[in-house]
Amino acid sequence: MDDVISIRELVRNFGERAVLRGVSVSVPAGASLAVLGRNGAGKSTLLRILATLLRPHGGEVRLFDRTLPRDSWAVRGQIGLLSHEPLLYRELSGRENLIYHARLHGIDRARVEEVLAAVGMARRGDDPVRACSRGMVQRLAVARAVLHRPRLLLLDEPRSNLDPAAADLIEPLIGRGAGITRVLTSHDPEAALAEADLVLALQGGRAAYLGPPEGIDSATIRELYR
Amino acid sequence: MAWAILRKDLTVELRTLETVPAMAIFTVATFVVFHFGLQRDQLQGQLAAGVLAVSLLFAAILGTNRLFVAEREQGGFDGFLLAPVDRSAMLLAKATALFLYMVVLEIVAVPAFAIFAAPPGLGGALGGIVLFLLLVDLAFALVGTLVSAIAVNTRARDLIGPIIGLPLQIPALIAFAIGIGKELAVFPHRGPGGVIRAFTYHHSPSGEWLLVLALYDVFNALLAYAVFDFLLEE
Repeated sequence: MDDVISIRELVRNFGERAVLRGVSVSVPAGASLAVLGRNGAGKSTLLRILATLLRPHGGEVRLFDRTLPRDSWAVRGQIGLLSHEPLLYRELSGRENLIYHARLHGIDRARVEEVLAAVGMARRGDDPVRACSRGMVQRLAVARAVLHRPRLLLLDEPRSNLDPAAADLIEPLIGRGAGITRVLTSHDPEAALAEADLVLALQGGRAAYLGPPEGIDSATIRELYR
Repeated sequence: MAWAILRKDLTVELRTLETVPAMAIFTVATFVVFHFGLQRDQLQGQLAAGVLAVSLLFAAILGTNRLFVAEREQGGFDGFLLAPVDRSAMLLAKATALFLYMVVLEIVAVPAFAIFAAPPGLGGALGGIVLFLLLVDLAFALVGTLVSAIAVNTRARDLIGPIIGLPLQIPALIAFAIGIGKELAVFPHRGPGGVIRAFTYHHSPSGEWLLVLALYDVFNALLAYAVFDFLLEE
């Protein structure tokens, strides 16, 4: 199976501070990679590099056989990012936000209604985002992330602010069953391990563990979050 | 694609009324300050032109500082950068938005200028002045968009905008102020033939400054197109 993501010796600094120091990982098509680590371990930085929003400072990053950042333009439309920020304008309604993103991606209006219905926001789609609850905003953010049918999903704490019913609702869109290659971070290691094919544990900017979820024990996880 | 961004920006502005009303209030307040500061009931020629030019420039800086606020605070940059879109679409949309903000501002500002500065010949010179306004608005919009894109990712963004923007706008300010000054001073009582006279620049004393403004616009448009992609990248 071809690798969708291929990272070799990735380095990324913020000023003097090295956030990622020589991380290597490959993710085959359709697989899910869970990235674990405490706050500041470099999880979000890794996701933003894969989303082409940050440049690597060293090493090699390849997505869909294209090298970043040189070929970023070629992969952008194939990536769906669900980050801490919903990437929605507060003064616009959920529907208007999705229509705006659909225009940027060259997608027709019918798809907007389709994803709004899929996240259970069709009836509240005309409410301004500023008037929506956190859970509703998160559902809209999921709709935005999958609107253009991405081949790679980058999910940073995807179920934060969602109640169990809402989490179930978005499962077909961003869950393992969606059949999309995924990279996900979570502060709930047990949940992340349950839906991962591969685990990358980051500690001090390095890979403390890389392998199948069965290979990481609870002592290592506790150490990661200490 | 630029249309989608522009439409979004105009919708947000219409709902929040955060930028244009602030620019308009600021400009009218500036006229009032000049009116009492200079202690004159009527400003003429170059002095009147200078007051108008400086007031509009400061209002443009105000608009420039707010141009990318929603993009920065609400993740609009990331959403845009994730799309397979030519980066110059953002330049075109933002410059057009700032240009439109300036035009709307001037619908309020020019009558207010007539009230507080009362320059003789303003009515007759209006055709030429409108041309100058459109060209200087374009310069303010292009330079403002570039500066705003530079400033938005810095910590001192409110300071960086004026510090970089004001010197870069000086050529437009000079051409605009001198051109408008000549329009007001040389033909103080002429009829509404200003547009035609301004177009045939070799027959009009202000025409060469119109040309300078137009060339400055072309220069800035080319510069902005060349560097804007790099400004949006990290």
